[in-house]
Amino acid sequence: MSTHAAHDDKTWEKESEDDFIRPEHEADLAGDLHTKHMEINMGPSHPATHGTVKIKVELDGETVVKSDTLVGYLHRGFEKSCENVTWTQCFPYTDRLNYVSPLMNNVTFALAVEKLLGLGPKLSDRVKYLRVIASEISRITDHLTCSAAQAMELGGLTGFFWLIQARERLWDRVEELCGARMTTTWTRIGGASNDAPEGWKERVLETLDLTMKMVEDLEGITKRNRIFVDRMMNVGTITAEEAVNWGWTGPCLRATGVPYDVRKASPYLVYDRLQFEVPVGQRGDSYDRFLCRLEEIRQSRRIIQQCFEQMPAKGAMLVDDPAVALPGKNNVYYSIEGLISHFKIIMEGIHVPPGEAYAYTEAANGELGFYLVSDGGGRAWKARCRPPCFIHTATLDTLMKGRMLADLVPIFDSINMIGGECDR
Amino acid sequence: MSKEALERLQRKFPQEVVGTHSMHGDETAIVDRRGLITVCTWLKESPDMDFSMLSDLTAVDYLGMKPQVRVASPGAEKLRTDGKAPRFEVVYHLTSLKHGWRLRLKVPVDLEDLTVPSVVSLWKSANWMEREVWDMYGIRFDGHPDLRRILLYEEFVGHPLRKDYPMRKRQPLIPMKNPDA
Repeated sequence: MSTHAAHDDKTWEKESEDDFIRPEHEADLAGDLHTKHMEINMGPSHPATHGTVKIKVELDGETVVKSDTLVGYLHRGFEKSCENVTWTQCFPYTDRLNYVSPLMNNVTFALAVEKLLGLGPKLSDRVKYLRVIASEISRITDHLTCSAAQAMELGGLTGFFWLIQARERLWDRVEELCGARMTTTWTRIGGASNDAPEGWKERVLETLDLTMKMVEDLEGITKRNRIFVDRMMNVGTITAEEAVNWGWTGPCLRATGVPYDVRKASPYLVYDRLQFEVPVGQRGDSYDRFLCRLEEIRQSRRIIQQCFEQMPAKGAMLVDDPAVALPGKNNVYYSIEGLISHFKIIMEGIHVPPGEAYAYTEAANGELGFYLVSDGGGRAWKARCRPPCFIHTATLDTLMKGRMLADLVPIFDSINMIGGECDR
Repeated sequence: MSKEALERLQRKFPQEVVGTHSMHGDETAIVDRRGLITVCTWLKESPDMDFSMLSDLTAVDYLGMKPQVRVASPGAEKLRTDGKAPRFEVVYHLTSLKHGWRLRLKVPVDLEDLTVPSVVSLWKSANWMEREVWDMYGIRFDGHPDLRRILLYEEFVGHPLRKDYPMRKRQPLIPMKNPDA
């Protein structure tokens, strides 16, 4: 730059062809290129890393030599908060873990507390089916978001709009179920806050048809799209053994060919009564993870359709157990026993017997688990969330090594890191 | 279903496994930390066991919990001379995809010597989870390649998930980092 700046336009014109390569330039070309590694901070607020995460990449040209993923920007003390409120009051905190599929977190946390209480067999079938439907709708919204973002960040903004439109419609159904799109807080210990409204089944099935149309449209513009395939296929590859060693679960693990799905391996709720397939990939790259997610949307739709067919028309929304379920309002206002029971459950919390339990489900990202310890009181002694995407994000540095900087975007997307769950 | 795994473990390591329980169907072994690496290596490498995945790793601080309600730590008191169970426990959840087994290992540790051998050499997933436990509880992992804080920042004072860390404690402001330095 400095040599150019020294000449104004006139002097430049006067120079002959021979003068064009000046001695100082020649020296540069003959010798080594004076390159050194450059360190770049991607994030914590970067358009291509949807989620607040900082990736410190050390670059040699455009090749990533080393990277260091720094998480924690969304840390808000989930566990500490849960230890200081009653068991039921933990539900709003669980909404904010994976905020793309909050109902799944609700369901898993409820299952964990119910495991400690031994409530599982007392749940009504209708609640179990509704929980499965809610979970599967959430799985679809989660996969839609991830696939939409993947398409968008590789240049396919149209696909993003299609899938997000479908997601909005599904979130409308979630809103009809529990009054909120994302901060659902729908489950309760021993059941759920309320039943599905009138006509919900038809609307859900209709929305699923729309979703499938959107998914097919997205497949049309991505699956065999040269740019998309080139940037996804054989990028971010991991072998099955490595993935297991890194603790991978969910669609990311299945993309490597390991058919592990908690819903099949240790069925909870009513998954043992439902027919569905577990899609697996072959290469374990970003492209297979993308395809696995899209196929899982289809399977989830199948599950929801079966649930609606099998679900009993009526059933108690809460277990009939005064130690767990709040008494009816009529009882609270007009009887002293009801009032006391209500007061004790609200103020002290549900008394969970001392002990520990780990309950895990197949969430959209992988195995979501809650490890709970109780001292017999109304509050959790320990409420650990096993976050699938935290464990996947730990692998990012290994996947990035030796790749081009531009590969970071599809790799990061296909891992589907969700800040709320990763940082808790 | 995982009962068999727990029985095999007990038979193989009667010294290292100081207690077991199967509460709510979760098979648990309380392991002496001096034998942790031997136990874990066997669990992972032995083809009969094949616990290829470390699903979860966390810790629990039992400070202030009444001994009569601490029912999930049978045998932990054997690790101390005064008959009290140690204050902390590091909790490992292992999965054997081949057999469909789940196993929980718990390693009691005390405040005076808060170190546990790292299992990163066996399961890479332990890397970040051990960092998180260090961050939240201040438990050191011997042999960890890069034991830094992970969710909190380097200047954070204390370990917030300990029971003696107050819920509403404020942290001192830290000076702005100079990007040119």
